Amino acid sequence: MTSSATTFSIGSTAAAGSKVGPYSQLKASSAKSKSENHLISFNGLKAATSIRHDSKSLSTGSESAAALKHSYVKKALKHDNRTQYHVQPHASYKVAVLGAAGGIGQPLALLIKMSPLVSQLNLYDIANVKGVAADLSHCNTPSVVTDFTGESNLPNSLKGSNVVVVPAGVPRKPGMTLDDLFNINANIVKTLVEAVADNCPDALIHIISNPINSTVPIAAEVLKEKGVYDPKKLFGVTTLDVVRANSFVAQRKNLRLIDVDIPVIGGHAGVTILPLLSKTEPSVAFNDEEVQELTRRIQNAGTEVVEAKAGAGSATLSMAYAAARFVESSLRGLDGDGDVYECAYVQSDLTELPFFASRIKLGRNGVEAFVPSILQGLTEYEQKALEALKPELKASIEKGVAFVRKQPVAV
Amino acid sequence: MNAAMLRSALRRNRSTSTVAASSYVLRRGFSTESAPERKVTILGAAGGIGQPLSLLMKLNPLVSKLALYDIAGTPGVAADVSHINTRSEVVGYASDEQLGKALEGSDIIIIPAGVPRKPGMTRDDLFKINAGIVKSLCEAIAKYSPNALVNMISNPVNSTVPIAAEVFKSNGVYDEKRLFGVTTLDVVRAKTFYAGKANANVAGVNVPVVGGHAGITILPLFSQATPKANLSDEVITALTKRTQDGGTEVVEAKAGKGSATLSMAYAGAIFADACLKGLNGVPDVVECSFVQSTVTELPFFASKVRLGKNGVEEVLGLGPLSDYEQQGLEALKPELKSSIEKGIAFVRGS
Repeated sequence: MTSSATTFSIGSTAAAGSKVGPYSQLKASSAKSKSENHLISFNGLKAATSIRHDSKSLSTGSESAAALKHSYVKKALKHDNRTQYHVQPHASYKVAVLGAAGGIGQPLALLIKMSPLVSQLNLYDIANVKGVAADLSHCNTPSVVTDFTGESNLPNSLKGSNVVVVPAGVPRKPGMTLDDLFNINANIVKTLVEAVADNCPDALIHIISNPINSTVPIAAEVLKEKGVYDPKKLFGVTTLDVVRANSFVAQRKNLRLIDVDIPVIGGHAGVTILPLLSKTEPSVAFNDEEVQELTRRIQNAGTEVVEAKAGAGSATLSMAYAAARFVESSLRGLDGDGDVYECAYVQSDLTELPFFASRIKLGRNGVEAFVPSILQGLTEYEQKALEALKPELKASIEKGVAFVRKQPVAV
Repeated sequence: MNAAMLRSALRRNRSTSTVAASSYVLRRGFSTESAPERKVTILGAAGGIGQPLSLLMKLNPLVSKLALYDIAGTPGVAADVSHINTRSEVVGYASDEQLGKALEGSDIIIIPAGVPRKPGMTRDDLFKINAGIVKSLCEAIAKYSPNALVNMISNPVNSTVPIAAEVFKSNGVYDEKRLFGVTTLDVVRAKTFYAGKANANVAGVNVPVVGGHAGITILPLFSQATPKANLSDEVITALTKRTQDGGTEVVEAKAGKGSATLSMAYAGAIFADACLKGLNGVPDVVECSFVQSTVTELPFFASKVRLGKNGVEEVLGLGPLSDYEQQGLEALKPELKSSIEKGIAFVRGS
C-alpha cells in the first residue's frame, strides 16, 4: 500500500560556488535509493538555485582573520563537505512557535509539523492552542506536538528549543501602516523575548511580529539587558519579500520559477524593502519602467494582500510558507549543511545602520557569514533607493530601542 | 508510493527501449515545468480546511492551475497564496456566477465546503446544511467539469458521496471511477496512533482503514499494519476506538472553535497528490478511499484503491481480517447502509 506522503521539505538554498547541486537535488538523488521518496512532488518546493559566490566576497564581519580563513577553507572543502554531509534528514530539532493559534501561527505550525528535521514542536499562545495541537498531533510525521496556554506556561514551552519562531501579535487592517501595530506588538515581543532569554538563551530567534524593523531591535535590547544577546542568533524574517520578488519577476519576465532568486535587502516595510533586481539570478535585463513597477509591487505586496482581504487580515498563508522555509534553512544550517543562504534582517556592519537585511550564510551557530559583495555594483536606481530607505529604517530601529530603554526589563 | 515500487519502476524504465510515460515522469520529477498541466479546484477555499489546503496545493509542483472558490473571502486567500514562488497560477473566485469558471477544465475538484462539527454533534447532525451545499456544487460540476476527479471532504462523507453520485447520475455524467470520499485522515490517524504504541518510526508505518468515515464505520485493519508489532487485544481495541473517535477528539479540544482543519488539509493534500500522480501515469499509486464498490454488499465502501489515468483503476479487496475486525465489519454495515440511503433519498426526494 502506498506509504502516504508524510514529511516534506520547504527550504530553499542557493548553492554557493559551483552549480553542482543545491541541497534539494542531493536530497532527491539520495531519496531515489532510500525509502523516503514518497514526497518527491513536495520536494519540488525548494527554489533550487545556483549562485556563484566568490570566496573573497564572504565576510565574517567582526570575526577574526582566522575565522575568515576558516571560511575559505570550508569553501574549498565544499565538495567534500557536501558529500560528507548526511543528506538524509533525521528528526532531531526542537522548535517552539509563539502565537501558534493565530492566522500565521496555525499554517506555520502545520508546515513545521511536516518537516522531517523536527522532533519536538511546542505550540504556545494565550488561547486556543490546545485544539491546534490536538489537530496537528494526528499527522503522521516525526515531531511530538505539545500545547502551552498562557504566560505561566510560556517558560515550559521554550525549554530546550533550538529555534523559537514568533508570529505573535495583531495584523494590519486596511489603512494601517506597519507602524500602527507598533504599540501592541512591541509589548508582546518584549514579553516573549524576555522568556526566551530566561529559558532558552541559545536558541535561534525568528521574529515575524511586525513592524520587524522595530521589533528586532526591541528583541536585541531585551536580550542585551538579560546578558544573553548573540547577534548571530537573532533574525527578522524577511523571506516573504524574497519569495514575492521571485514570484513577481518570474511572472513578469517569463522565467522558470525554479531558477529565479533575487536578494532583497534593507528592512521589511514599504520603501525599506529593497529588491536588488540587478542581481537577479538568472541574469536578466530590466528596463527602467519594469524596475520601478516591480520594486513598488514588491514593496507594497503586503498592502496588496491586506486590501484583497478587506479587513479579514493580512498575509497568513504565504507568510507561513516563507517562515517555514526560513526555519528549515536554519535547521539545515544547525545540522551542518554548508550551503545554506537566505536573506534576513540581522545585526549588521554592512551599512552604518545597526540592523540591516541582506543575504547571509546560515550555520551551526546561526549567522555564519555575510556577503558584502551584495552592496557592490548596485545600479543608480538601487543606490538611490538604498540611501532613501536609510532614514526610515534608522528611525524604526531607534523607536524599537527607545521602547525598551524607557521601560524596565522584567528580571 | 513506497521505495520498492519506485525502485522497480525505475528498473523497468532501464530495461525497456520505449520510455513509459510513468517512468518519464519519475525521472523528470524535479523538472516541474515538464510535468503535465493540471488544474485543481478547491470548493470552499476560504474556510478552516480550505485555506491550509490551498496553501499545500500551491506548494505541490504537480499543479499548474489552482482555482479557489468560495461564497466569500477567496480574493484575499488567492492574493495571499499567489505570492508563493511555486509553479501554479492562482485565481480566486467568489459567488455563484463564478463557479463555472472555477470549475472549467479542472482535473481534480476538492470539496471541503460546509460547516464543521461543534462539541456534542455527530457528523450526521451536519447533514441538513452540508447536503444542500454538496448537492448544488455537484450540479455545477456536472455542468462544467464532469470529467474531473471529485475528492469529497464535506461531512458526513458517508452520505455526501452518495449524494454526489445521485446528482451526477441524474445529469447523465456519473463515472464511478471519478468520485472519492476522502478518508485519508483516518489512515493518517491510524498510522500515527499505531506508531506510538508499536514504538515504530511513523514514516515507515502503513495501516489500511476501510468501511466509512464516521464513528464505528471507520474500521482500521491493524492486523494488516506494518511493521508488525505484538500488540495485545486491549491495545488494538483502544487504538481502534481512538482512530474512530479521532475527529471527536479534536472537536472537543477545540471547544467550539471547530473541527480538524490542519490535519484534514494535510490529509486532503496527500490524497489529491495521489490522484494527480495517478492521472500522470505514475504506477502503483494506492490509497484508501470511500468509493462505489462491490467489495461488500453495500454500494459504497472504503478500501484500498489503485489510482490511474481515469481515477479508480482497481478497487482492492479487504485482505485477511482478524476476528475482531470481522466483527467490526459486520457491526458497521447497518449504520453505513443507512447513511448511504439517507444521502440517496435526499437527492431523489427533492
